Amino acid sequence: MIVERPRDLLIKKFLAHGFLILFLILILFPFVVVLSISFREGNFAVGSIIPENPTLEHWVLAFGRDFTRPDGTVVEPPYPVLLWMWNSIKISLIASTGVLAIATISAYAFSRIRLRGKGALLDGLFLIQMFPTTLALVAIYAIFDALGEVTPTLGLNSHLALILIYLAGVTLHIWTIKGYFDSIDTALDKAAEIDGATPWQTFRHIFLPLAVPIMSVVFVLAFIGFINDYPIASVLIRSEDKMTLAVGSRLYLNEFQYLWGDFAAAAILSGLPITVVFLIAQRYLVSGLSDGAVKG
Amino acid sequence: MSLTADAPTASPLPRLLVVGAVTLGLLAVAFYLYTLAQPLFGAIVLALATGFAVIYGASRFYGTRFIFPGVAAVLIFIAFPVIYTIYIGFTNYSSFNLLSYERTVEVLTSRGSIDPATEEPFAVAPDGDAFRIWLPQSGLLSDPVTLTAPETAALTESSEPDALLERRDAIQLRRGLQTLKLQTEDGALLQNAGLRTFATVTPDYTQTGPDELTGADGTLLTADPETGFFTTEAGERVPPGWRVPIGWANFERVFTSEGIREPMVSIFLWTVIFAAASVAATFALGLTLAVILQWPHLRFKALYRILLILPYAVPAFISILVFRGLFNQNFGEINLILDSLFGLRPSWFTDGTLARIMVLVVNTWLGYPYMMLLAMGFLQSVPEDHKKAAALEGASALRVFFTITLPQIIPPFLPLLIASFAFNFNNLVLIFLLTRGLPDIPGTVIPAGETDILASFTYRLAFDNAGQQFGLAGAITLLIFLVVAAISYANFVAMRRAAQRRSGRPA
Repeated sequence: MIVERPRDLLIKKFLAHGFLILFLILILFPFVVVLSISFREGNFAVGSIIPENPTLEHWVLAFGRDFTRPDGTVVEPPYPVLLWMWNSIKISLIASTGVLAIATISAYAFSRIRLRGKGALLDGLFLIQMFPTTLALVAIYAIFDALGEVTPTLGLNSHLALILIYLAGVTLHIWTIKGYFDSIDTALDKAAEIDGATPWQTFRHIFLPLAVPIMSVVFVLAFIGFINDYPIASVLIRSEDKMTLAVGSRLYLNEFQYLWGDFAAAAILSGLPITVVFLIAQRYLVSGLSDGAVKG
Repeated sequence: MSLTADAPTASPLPRLLVVGAVTLGLLAVAFYLYTLAQPLFGAIVLALATGFAVIYGASRFYGTRFIFPGVAAVLIFIAFPVIYTIYIGFTNYSSFNLLSYERTVEVLTSRGSIDPATEEPFAVAPDGDAFRIWLPQSGLLSDPVTLTAPETAALTESSEPDALLERRDAIQLRRGLQTLKLQTEDGALLQNAGLRTFATVTPDYTQTGPDELTGADGTLLTADPETGFFTTEAGERVPPGWRVPIGWANFERVFTSEGIREPMVSIFLWTVIFAAASVAATFALGLTLAVILQWPHLRFKALYRILLILPYAVPAFISILVFRGLFNQNFGEINLILDSLFGLRPSWFTDGTLARIMVLVVNTWLGYPYMMLLAMGFLQSVPEDHKKAAALEGASALRVFFTITLPQIIPPFLPLLIASFAFNFNNLVLIFLLTRGLPDIPGTVIPAGETDILASFTYRLAFDNAGQQFGLAGAITLLIFLVVAAISYANFVAMRRAAQRRSGRPA
């Protein structure tokens, strides 16, 4: 740390790298295996890490195409992975756009506008946010089951219902953006006020442009959160063509039909884009994380 | 400093028009819901309409306009469902008592027995946009019917129509046919009695008074508001039942029934152990890695960092399912390796203890990067001078870590550790995708597994094929709610303290 003997330092470096490399081999092992399995023949295949008879069968199926084996049999894709991906992306995009709009406007008000009972309201939102949605699943099911009798567009199996529920997940993001607004110099809004701007104009022309970086962080966080949601989507969505990726993927590995190979290809195909988005965004996410955002 | 919330000076007329229109729309929806026997939802929409009209209509609530959408969404889609779940805990809502009272009466009175003597085949004759029903045996033809809504059509004697629909096309119309009633000249009503025939159908039950049904054979059924069933005089229940509040009965079941209480206690203990062990393991591992990565002499830091957070970057639902496959008893790669190295083939999914170990291993894999990222942030805020001073005094690296570094990062870490505990306490996704709570605990009256945590146990109770016991699930949810409330409060206090410490001691 301060002055170290070169030999000790060398041993320490060796130990540190050795430990990290061993640990990484252990941690990354699942990824390597899944990649290998996606190119193996059949769904129960065991074998070496580099497949002996590599085949593109699982990948072709994952892209929703029929696959013709060398012996002439045609295999149909077991599940519509691309459709599920599209459902997931569509729902998550709409929901996170909505969440972003609501959260930014609310955060501005909580940070800058004088409101009666603001502190109590903020504390209340903070407490509510800690209650997981799993606590409300029974009611969510009952509510949308009943609403479905009124209009199917708001019933079970409806993407709109899912988006509405997701919109309520704004509290955490309000806190994140509010923290950012709190750090902006009040001289800016005082100047705007002196020039005769209404709070809305101040928000629209001063705070909104300043908030673009934090808004992109919140958008990515919300988007990843919705893509990953399993409990709510699994309760609301029942038919195969409406499923999101998180709900549908489970079908691959059930007790009656164990499609290990097909799952591996579909998992890489669908997991890769989300992983890349996360890795690009992660530098900016760390500050959001320490506000208590636990990824689901 | 805050801005004063003055109303804009522009003419309020266009705004008021829009607010009025939206309010009227919401009121119409509220009324519509009310007429459809959904008074609760009607009331919520009514409250929403009132709030909307007041806050966007009156100038003095200008500031509140900014937060109204967020607060309304949270109240309607989080607070209300939680409260509603707890209410369901006090009802007998389950697959036996699934319907509303009105629907139950409807179901019972619409059941009927076919009178075989009157049964005769039919055919459908097109008549412009409408249809006529032709009964060849008795030579009767109905008035035109649209077959889009329930209707009653008179039958008159006639000759066979020129054109009749193919059987295949007639079957396409069966939805409309099922609600159609045909009336003969002597007043008898004929109904669709199968794909090919019409016949007179005598209802099994007819409503003879409020809360009273009379059967075709003269049995009298009375509605029992206590149990939510119609019962015969002998006290026999006639399904289906409807939902009624049953007070604390679900809670009594939880606490008094041996077959429920014992697995509940075991599940509760496991939930706490699981959450605590997950937090401890991920924290220890994450912190260790963060300390190594912070070491100034280490090279390739950025590369290590990216590779180490990969488990966190991959969507959890995918990596959990990957582990489900890897741990598979017969052809999972983990058992293949263990077999070739040590000759072991542990049964990860059927042995309770092994299953629990597997759940913890997977959760540590999933969770350590989060802790590592946090720890790296907090470690940077520990002043380098303190560590140097201690090292000059001759303290070993370990001693410096435990006496200087750790005490300084624990306080800001605490709220996040509590939040992580709360998250794992309800980590439904992990349990559900990895083990579904299996293996089952033997000798229980409800499905309960060795790896089930309270949340997954409740989920299975409500949504698996075990009888959709929504009421019981609601009751257990209230118990979880109390635990989570305690955790949340602890977290809240910890956050406050951390905030005070930050503001009290300038950096």
